[in-house]
Amino acid sequence: MQQKTPFDLTDFRPPQFSPQTIRLVIIGVLALILLYTSIYTVEPEEVGVVLRFGKYVRTVDPGLNFIIPFWIESLIKVPVERQLKEEFGFRTTEPGVRTRYAAREYQGESLMLTGDLNAAEVEWIVQYRLADPYKFLFKVRNARQTFRDINEAIMRQIVGDRSVDEVLTIGRIEIANTVSEKVQELCDQYETGIKVDQVVLQDVNPPDAVKPAFNDVNEAQQEREKLINQAKSEYNRVIPKAKGDAQRIIEEARGYAFKRVNEAKGDASKFNSVFREYLKAPEVTRQRIYLETMNDVLQKVGRKLITDEEATGILPLFQLGTEGGTQK
Amino acid sequence: MKNPKLIIIGAAAFIVFLLIASAAYIVGETEQVIITQFGKPVGAPITTPGMHFKLPFIQNVNRFDKRFLEWDGDPNQIPTKDKRFIWVDSYARWHITDPLLFFQRLRDERVAQSRLDDILDGETRNAIANHDLVEVIRSTNRELQFGDIVEEVLETEAAIEIKHGRDKITRIIIENASPRVTELGIELLDLRLKRINYVEEVQQKIYERMIAERQRIADKFRSEGQGEAAKILGDKERDLNEIESEAYRTAQEINGKADGEATTIYARAYNQSNSSRDFYQFIKTMETYQNTLTKNDWLVLSTKGDFFKFLRDQSGR
Repeated sequence: MQQKTPFDLTDFRPPQFSPQTIRLVIIGVLALILLYTSIYTVEPEEVGVVLRFGKYVRTVDPGLNFIIPFWIESLIKVPVERQLKEEFGFRTTEPGVRTRYAAREYQGESLMLTGDLNAAEVEWIVQYRLADPYKFLFKVRNARQTFRDINEAIMRQIVGDRSVDEVLTIGRIEIANTVSEKVQELCDQYETGIKVDQVVLQDVNPPDAVKPAFNDVNEAQQEREKLINQAKSEYNRVIPKAKGDAQRIIEEARGYAFKRVNEAKGDASKFNSVFREYLKAPEVTRQRIYLETMNDVLQKVGRKLITDEEATGILPLFQLGTEGGTQK
Repeated sequence: MKNPKLIIIGAAAFIVFLLIASAAYIVGETEQVIITQFGKPVGAPITTPGMHFKLPFIQNVNRFDKRFLEWDGDPNQIPTKDKRFIWVDSYARWHITDPLLFFQRLRDERVAQSRLDDILDGETRNAIANHDLVEVIRSTNRELQFGDIVEEVLETEAAIEIKHGRDKITRIIIENASPRVTELGIELLDLRLKRINYVEEVQQKIYERMIAERQRIADKFRSEGQGEAAKILGDKERDLNEIESEAYRTAQEINGKADGEATTIYARAYNQSNSSRDFYQFIKTMETYQNTLTKNDWLVLSTKGDFFKFLRDQSGR
């Protein structure tokens, strides 16, 4: 009935298996699918959201979990305990011990206007968690982009109400806290299910073109301190010494005063004593003192000349230049 | 396989399967569905997730997202009321509240996005153009803080009264846009200005102004430093003079007092009577002879004097 053709289908008969083997294989495949679609491990930092025909039915805790197999139920894992991070104005390009940052290309994110219509480049990070997995999955499409938009809008709103000086220096912590609060408010309003842990301002700088001027202000401030310190040290070098000198002068005067008064007292006392005795015999005492003095004086004085009016002038008797003088 | 019975059973099962597959559909947690029959919507929108059924083959499922959806404005160069050119980038979040209306007016999300572009970009432009730049940047009348010195140097103009502020301006945009999007079955959750920046030329001028401001602050610091230093050096001179003159005065007072006291003491001793005065003169003169005459002096004495009178005559006459 059949002619021989080069391709005879009967030659390609499938290999023959016994019905038992076929049954075993089918059961095995079904069992594998069943296991594969019904057992899930939820990691410790995650929870599992279980859907039945696309409808949310329950949330399961970490551990081994069973769901109805064959795609009747499905499970989505959400890392609710993991702390996530978004970066604005820069990206960590190579996380690790030596973290590298790329900031150039993200100037659009960081450049913003301050309340006094100046510009500043603000880089910040926000740490957050997916606290409500149901809202995170089902309430907002693209929750991460939404979260980024919220952050950018709020940061600019807050910075727009601050002066450039507040943004760069004095208001950093206050800004971070306010932003954190407001971002949380919006996250709740948008039902993102995100819980903001912390907003941290990173590098906050004036725009590059203005940076030298800002640095110059810092320099000037240091110069001011330096000048003041120099003057203070000059003051401290001179004044304590002057105080010491003044004290010395006063003490010296006190010493002089003691000396002067004591000497006067001593002199007076001596005089009084001598005078008291002198009064007892004035004539003879006077003569005695006179003669004693002359005795001393005449011994001491090297050259003496005694003249007599009967002698014919004193001149010839001089022998000028002779040592010892002339003696008669 | 040759059994016709088996073939019939198989075919029937296949048809039943097709019917079920075509009749059942799943609405996801994030979806809402409109059923259309030959393109015409049938029944109320289905918003509860889970498995649902429809007539097979003749009815179609049209799915729409139930979530808040994103809209990102096109960065736009807009002049403010005070004629400053700025780039404004806004974002909005919206959701489909009336899928039937949405389906009728827009058909799908792609069309919706472009209609939102028209409405929201337009309203944003209007709102920005009707307000001064500062109203767009600031949100409240909060008093800006500066460092002490900055405040002094810049003499910051009396705080500008913010009449509206960014919050209110965005609310105006939302209020104006809301009725127009409601007609499309859309509700606007929020719209915010994401980025605002000066256009390039304005930016350059702003930078120049910032530099000038900082220079004034730096100058202020420098002159303050010099002034403060000069004041300290002046203090030094003053204190120095005060200390030295005070010491001089005190020393002179002490000396004078001592001298005075000594004079009193001497006077009391020497001025007791005529004879004490006479004796003092005599004895002091004697002392002076002793102290002043030295080996190198000449002493010319006359025999007429008292002392040598005995040289002439032992009687001294």
